[in-house]
Amino acid sequence: MRPCNLTDGMISPDGVLGGNPLFYWIYGLAANVVPCWLAYVIAGGVIMLILINAVLLGAAIVSWGERRLLGRFQNRVGPNRWGPFGALQPIADLAKLITKEDIIPYGADRLAFTAVPVIMVSSLLLATAVIPFAKDVALVDLNVGVLFVLAVSSLTSIAIFTAGWASNNRYALFGAGRAVAVLISYEVPVVLSLLGVVIVAGSMSLGDIVVAQAVPFFLVQPLAFFVFLAGMSAELNRTPFDVAEAESEIIAGYHTEYSGIKFALIQAAEFGGALFVSGLIATLFLAGWAGPVADWLGWLWFLIKTFIGIFLFVWIRSTFPRLRLDQIMAVCWKFLMPLSFINLAAVVLEVYFLRDANGVLTTADLWIMAAINLVLAVVSITFFGNLIKEKVRSGSGGARSANPVTSGLPTTGTM
Amino acid sequence: MTIRTEPMTVNVGPQHPSTHGVFRVRITFDGEDIVEVEPVLGYLHRGTEKLAEERNYVQVVTLTDRLDYTSSMINNQAYCLAVEQLLGIEAPPRGKYLRTLTAELQRIASHLIAVGFFVQELGAFGTPLMYTFRSRERILDLFEMLCGARITVSYMRPGGVFSDTPPDFWPALDQFLADFEGELEEIENLLLSNEILMVRTRGVSPLPRDVAINCSVSGPVLRASGVNWDWRKIAPYDAYDQVDFDVPLGSNGDNYDRFWVRMQEVRQSLRIVRQCIAQIEPGPVRLELPMVLRAEPGAEAYGRVEASKGELGFYLVSDGGVSPYRCKIRSPSLINLTITEHLLLGWKLADMIVSLGSVDINMGEVDR
Repeated sequence: MRPCNLTDGMISPDGVLGGNPLFYWIYGLAANVVPCWLAYVIAGGVIMLILINAVLLGAAIVSWGERRLLGRFQNRVGPNRWGPFGALQPIADLAKLITKEDIIPYGADRLAFTAVPVIMVSSLLLATAVIPFAKDVALVDLNVGVLFVLAVSSLTSIAIFTAGWASNNRYALFGAGRAVAVLISYEVPVVLSLLGVVIVAGSMSLGDIVVAQAVPFFLVQPLAFFVFLAGMSAELNRTPFDVAEAESEIIAGYHTEYSGIKFALIQAAEFGGALFVSGLIATLFLAGWAGPVADWLGWLWFLIKTFIGIFLFVWIRSTFPRLRLDQIMAVCWKFLMPLSFINLAAVVLEVYFLRDANGVLTTADLWIMAAINLVLAVVSITFFGNLIKEKVRSGSGGARSANPVTSGLPTTGTM
Repeated sequence: MTIRTEPMTVNVGPQHPSTHGVFRVRITFDGEDIVEVEPVLGYLHRGTEKLAEERNYVQVVTLTDRLDYTSSMINNQAYCLAVEQLLGIEAPPRGKYLRTLTAELQRIASHLIAVGFFVQELGAFGTPLMYTFRSRERILDLFEMLCGARITVSYMRPGGVFSDTPPDFWPALDQFLADFEGELEEIENLLLSNEILMVRTRGVSPLPRDVAINCSVSGPVLRASGVNWDWRKIAPYDAYDQVDFDVPLGSNGDNYDRFWVRMQEVRQSLRIVRQCIAQIEPGPVRLELPMVLRAEPGAEAYGRVEASKGELGFYLVSDGGVSPYRCKIRSPSLINLTITEHLLLGWKLADMIVSLGSVDINMGEVDR
């Protein structure tokens, strides 16, 4: 049998799969015993299995970690019965959920209802595939990585709306309407803030963006980091933007009617989403796998940075109350939008003036940008923050015009 | 092109995470705006008033625990005051002080629940609630030392309280007061000037002074609308004429004011508790009364207290028998619910839950 040639027609090292060494290693091994086309399928399948297991296991760990952390924040213990420190709790939860009755409510659109958890998990898996876990270790290193991530992760809003509509439940419909409004609005500032990152890095590939961060981008573009963090907590439906599944108002929002394994999948997609977004933040703003020592420890730095992101999300969740839908919209369009425009304009100008003849930014240039942008961030966040405070405050009293509201703090009276 | 829209009717409750038990409202929404409100009550009706007619005067105390189960002590107090008025007796001073002390501790516990769930309904995931429950647990522990029960205390009796304090109660109370100072500060720092809490509650669902009076609401809801009305000041009962405290008043009657008034009342209750500790003296805690009490035929009495949710009144009529001929309960939660429509109409779905939470109803008391 003729040995398989990696470059002959089927695939090229710098093709779509971007030269993933693991893929070629498995491909080479399998090609010794099976025909080339089958080796290709096997290698692809193995990679997909690794991805699915890593993401779902990660989601399980995040769900446990989040509940433990929330417990500590809230002055209680959190899950601690099953396994050391309760670490096997996600497995117990999963075992419970898959043995539960899988209810499809009367009048629901069965196909759409069933498709939703699948779409949510698969969009998460697809998006995670392009994140570089260590130096040159991404399952796929797409040269349009940022674009791909944004496109795939916005599939979630379609899934959520489908869930709300297909459930035949009014609370779910409320949740779906809210979710779509929030997700679509927050897409805009998120994309604008990422444009700044792409401009400085000069590439849309997530791997290249990590390499470009001689100075981590959360220092170079604090405004973009802030907008991205806020936007992503809205995309993830997390406090203070969690109107889509506000459990004190609309039960569980779009997934009110989901039970059993479907609910487990939705939960996996949500916790996996937190993991994915934290990984994305680590990649785009915290210099990904780059660390103080040893490139081969890249996965460790990446994990640490990812868990910093998750910790941040849990911290925010355990502290803040929820905003109302119209206030969330106001925050998006009147606060985050101007901030992301300011950031974009500043970055474009800085890159235009600082780059050398070959269009390359040196580390010194990045530090200069960091200094300028830090001042800019403080000034503009303070300015627009005060502005939005006034707007949201005056807006909250104006919802019902028939009863004018006097302002002024209450006073203590004594008899 | 015009898009056809239609209002959507949603049953909020009786099974809903934040309707405080089994309260049910049928609400018609236009998008997120509320256009029609219809409260439906009665899911927790147990016939307490009728049951009271079947029990003797002392046994009825256990029924009052189950009215507003977050402030059982104050319910006991209102009922015992009514019976004492009916019989023409009065509790000994130490009994009065113990009642005042436990009632104020109960008020703190009840307000902590109200504030915790109010912020929970604003969407703060559990943290403020756990903080407030941490302190409430300590109060319930104190009650357990007093009478062996935490929720359904039945601590008070016509003519005083069930028994004197155990010796380790006073050190435990001092310890609680010392710890609670810091815990309360923590809660206040977390909540009182929280920006998101402010924008969600300031100016939302205001209750004008005249509407509040016309609807006969009472308690923190009334005082948040700026009406200076507190039975502890107007007609002091037990030891309230011996202690000094302020009545916090709101100015707008909005959700924030109702929340704020409760936070301030916790501080005032602490003041009262401290004064009770300083003033209380040894002595009998309960009058020597026969096992079975009888009142004059045709005697009537109305005992009222300022409960944590408003004016709680027991109207008793005697026919000379061992049990009340009629026991009418004026429960603050039910009367305070009459403003539901006024609070909710025109506001949004998210505000609805918060406004209901700011009224602080307890279904055990609404349906009786």
